Amino acid sequence: MDSEPDLQVGWVDHELADEFPDLALWTVRVQARSGRSPEPVRDRLGQLSSRITGGHVIHMRQDPVPWAYRVFWRQIGLDPDSTRTPVEQIALDRLQWGGLRSRNLLDDAITIATFETGVPVVALDADLVGDQLGLRLTGADELLGGSGRPLAARQIVVADEDRCLAVLSGEVAEERGVTPSTTNMAIGAIQVKGVPRISVEEALWTVTETLLVGG
Amino acid sequence: MPDTLERRSPVALYPQGPPSQPPLAPRTAPDERPARRTLLDQIERLEQDLSSVFVSTWPRQGFEFSVASRGGPRLLSLAELELLRDDLATRVDDARRSLSDRTYVEEKHRCRIEEMLLAPEEHKWVRIGNDDIGEPGCKHWHVRPRMGVLGILMNWWRVKISSGCPLAKGPCAP
Repeated sequence: MDSEPDLQVGWVDHELADEFPDLALWTVRVQARSGRSPEPVRDRLGQLSSRITGGHVIHMRQDPVPWAYRVFWRQIGLDPDSTRTPVEQIALDRLQWGGLRSRNLLDDAITIATFETGVPVVALDADLVGDQLGLRLTGADELLGGSGRPLAARQIVVADEDRCLAVLSGEVAEERGVTPSTTNMAIGAIQVKGVPRISVEEALWTVTETLLVGG
Repeated sequence: MPDTLERRSPVALYPQGPPSQPPLAPRTAPDERPARRTLLDQIERLEQDLSSVFVSTWPRQGFEFSVASRGGPRLLSLAELELLRDDLATRVDDARRSLSDRTYVEEKHRCRIEEMLLAPEEHKWVRIGNDDIGEPGCKHWHVRPRMGVLGILMNWWRVKISSGCPLAKGPCAP
């Protein structure tokens, strides 16, 4: 890669910012397409898979970054033992399936970045979302993505100026998500209390680098 | 304390009669932020405690660590935060107590293994496995007679220690 990606910090609704002063959404826009992962990405996924052991998964919840997300999950009303944080979900999938299966370039890039850093990453079609992404609470009668399923009031969502794009726990609006025809992606990473900025930057750089090198 | 105990008549309190309007209700809602901050910090500490107990229990089975979801991701109300804090505290307490009970029993089993090794004839047929002492694997200590029936008749006993889990066999073993 010639230069570092241009990271932007998104807006956070004042009520959310009062409750969680360290909550932030970092985004980066990438011109790339998904598709079948090339061999080097699949190799990297395989190497990652061989590093995940049962003991590692057990102790993961005491590592600072995965633990910070567990605490945040708990504070926003999720049970991290049933709605897993993304990094724990990856580790459990690895134990359950005996490996990390390659799905497509974007998903593989997100898996690699999330497991390496512990930071959850979300991807959207940059041409279908607004310029300014941020975090806010839902109002009454809002629909996911503008026309998707109804959302309960006061849920925490990733949104642009007009609509909710993804629920914080990971569900992305189908009509705003990345598809095989997407050429511009908006990649977002959630930062919470206890997670250093460098981890968030590394997560976004890893996704960007994997997409650009693999695409 | 005469000042405290002295009772004043309503006439003394309101020489011009009782006020016609009740006192005004406060116009501003109480600031919940300090209470919420304290509760969030408590939840953070309890989650840390729960994680520590979880790691300490491994590889033992049968512990409960789940605390019900509150339908997130959303901002919880003050009452919900309090309930969550209480549930977490109860769960941590239960898990610690269960672990303490379990480790007590495991310690007893370890002592018994030592006694079995010292005097196997006093612990005939006793079998203790790794899961009884909180260790991973299939190893076990089993008091058995030497030379079968002859050992039973002669009271020759010994502790047989298993070699652990059977080796994994691949699908295409030669």
